[in-house]
Amino acid sequence: MDKLVKVPSNALIPERDLGKLPILDIRHLGIDFGGLSAVDDFNLTIGRTEIAGLIGPNGAGKTTVFNLLTNVYHPTRGSILLDGKDTAGKKTYQLNKMGIARTFQNIRLFKNLTVEDNVKIGLHNATDYSMAQAILRLPVYWKEEKKAHEKALELLSLFDMQDMADWKAGSLPYGAQRRLEIVRALATKPGIMLLDEPAAGMNPSETAELMENIRKIRDTFHIAIMLIEHDMNLVMGICEGIAVLNYGRIIAKGSPEEIKSNPMVIEAYLGKKGGAKAHA
Amino acid sequence: MKQYYKRISMPARYLINLVLIIAFLAAGNAIVSGGVINRAQSSIILQVGIYIILAVSLNIVTGYLGQLPLGHAGFMAVGAYAGAIFWKSGYGASLPAGLSIIIGLIFAGIVAAIFGIIIGVPALRLKGDYLAIITLGFGEIIRVCIINLPSITGGTPGLMGIPKYSTFLVVYIAVVISCAIIHMLMKSRHGRAILSIRENEIAAESCGINITYYKVMAFAVSSFFAGIAGALYAGYQGLLTPASFDFMASINILVMVVLGGMGSMIGSIIAAAVLTSLPLALQALNTYRMVIYSLLLIIVMIFKPSGLMGTYDFSMSRILERIINFKQIRADKKAKKAGDANG
Repeated sequence: MDKLVKVPSNALIPERDLGKLPILDIRHLGIDFGGLSAVDDFNLTIGRTEIAGLIGPNGAGKTTVFNLLTNVYHPTRGSILLDGKDTAGKKTYQLNKMGIARTFQNIRLFKNLTVEDNVKIGLHNATDYSMAQAILRLPVYWKEEKKAHEKALELLSLFDMQDMADWKAGSLPYGAQRRLEIVRALATKPGIMLLDEPAAGMNPSETAELMENIRKIRDTFHIAIMLIEHDMNLVMGICEGIAVLNYGRIIAKGSPEEIKSNPMVIEAYLGKKGGAKAHA
Repeated sequence: MKQYYKRISMPARYLINLVLIIAFLAAGNAIVSGGVINRAQSSIILQVGIYIILAVSLNIVTGYLGQLPLGHAGFMAVGAYAGAIFWKSGYGASLPAGLSIIIGLIFAGIVAAIFGIIIGVPALRLKGDYLAIITLGFGEIIRVCIINLPSITGGTPGLMGIPKYSTFLVVYIAVVISCAIIHMLMKSRHGRAILSIRENEIAAESCGINITYYKVMAFAVSSFFAGIAGALYAGYQGLLTPASFDFMASINILVMVVLGGMGSMIGSIIAAAVLTSLPLALQALNTYRMVIYSLLLIIVMIFKPSGLMGTYDFSMSRILERIINFKQIRADKKAKKAGDANG
């Protein structure tokens, strides 16, 4: 884990990513829902291979940030630079092609399709043949389908799920469903992956395994990962940079150590009165 | 199936299917033209074929895309009139019959697909019951337009003197090609994209799938084949009246898809065949015919709400593979049972 260094824009990114264009550069992002500003003045820069955490109490606006980053909601204010390119006005699927993939807090798999098909749908844009070529079953169809099949099994084997390829996604155990969502997101070849509470509902040993896997993904694919999580062991264990959100505003940014000892953070989580101990 | 079971290679699979298709064609042709069955029965066979195309094409939008349009008969009407007008025109009449049939069918499909795109772009922004209502409205608009354009469509009395091109051979080939194209499309990345929209739109979009494009595409393909079925209907009837394409016609096709099982092509085919031939088969019962027909629908929906075939996908090769590996599969099952009993 590299220490964080200041880059010219005053943002913090891991030292090894210095000199490279940050994958995500968010400036003054904000959105209003009928007069209520759900997220306001959100500034964050994420390095090329950074594992970043976004934490905060329930209702702080964390998932709203993810929805803004993928243009599910269109921001009222501010700008997002994904790999140096402005994402304003783009559709969600276009942003995916530009390199942003995500998982969902409430799992959104294609439940009635097989595990393999779920991954192949993630590979949709990497599989290249036209409708006519598919209908006429030209050689390019067979070649590309074979490639997609092999790639899908390869990605599934990351999580030891290759033997489940023929299962219906909906029949997988809970933990495996979460893992499949990550595999599907990875299949779209993202530059940054957003994980919305990846450890929700997992037991401690599964969470430990997930931490290993998130690191493995970052090291194999050299991508950035941003995650929302309530499990402080996971967040403090793997995140290099952490942002704390409360009432739609960032109240603290920094390394795990800095966040742990930040009085504002402790206050947001545990309330104002003295005497309470931070559990993290 | 596990690795060690014998598999049938891809070329062999296609060959088996092709042989079966030709065998069916020869048998069917012999039955229809050989005088084994009477005129009424052979005309039912043609109707079955036409309704198979309609049900299978509606299944793309209802079963695979997961939307509920209620205007399928509208696209059928567009195709029917397009095909009939082409065949009656100078262009159609000057061509040799075979070529004229092919061009007429494709022309009918394309015109219907264009209408599908025009209607699909605004309609597919809506979902569920809203989409149902708006497509219902469009279906009716098409019918009313046909009534009020007598110079082109013949108006309420209908369009007469359409050459009767829909022989068993033509209908059969059209059914086979339509089903084959839809099958090939669904077993490709485009088909998977359509299925993913049914399963979860938000997740599909975050996987990089342009959902608007695929929704409209599925709608266009669906109306293309509805158009072809319409043209076959024109060539089968010899005359067209707007009354044949009313709201009830759309509902009839929807009933076939739901009864067969949404998302199952073989289900649509079986349901289309059964529901089209049932009224004829029950003719002896006379007045009770429609009562029994309705009761059957209710019974199926109560005991098998997912439809006759659920989402089952028919595969000849899979069945053959089961037969060749029969002994091995049985041995494995026994071993598994013994293992379960011991464990």
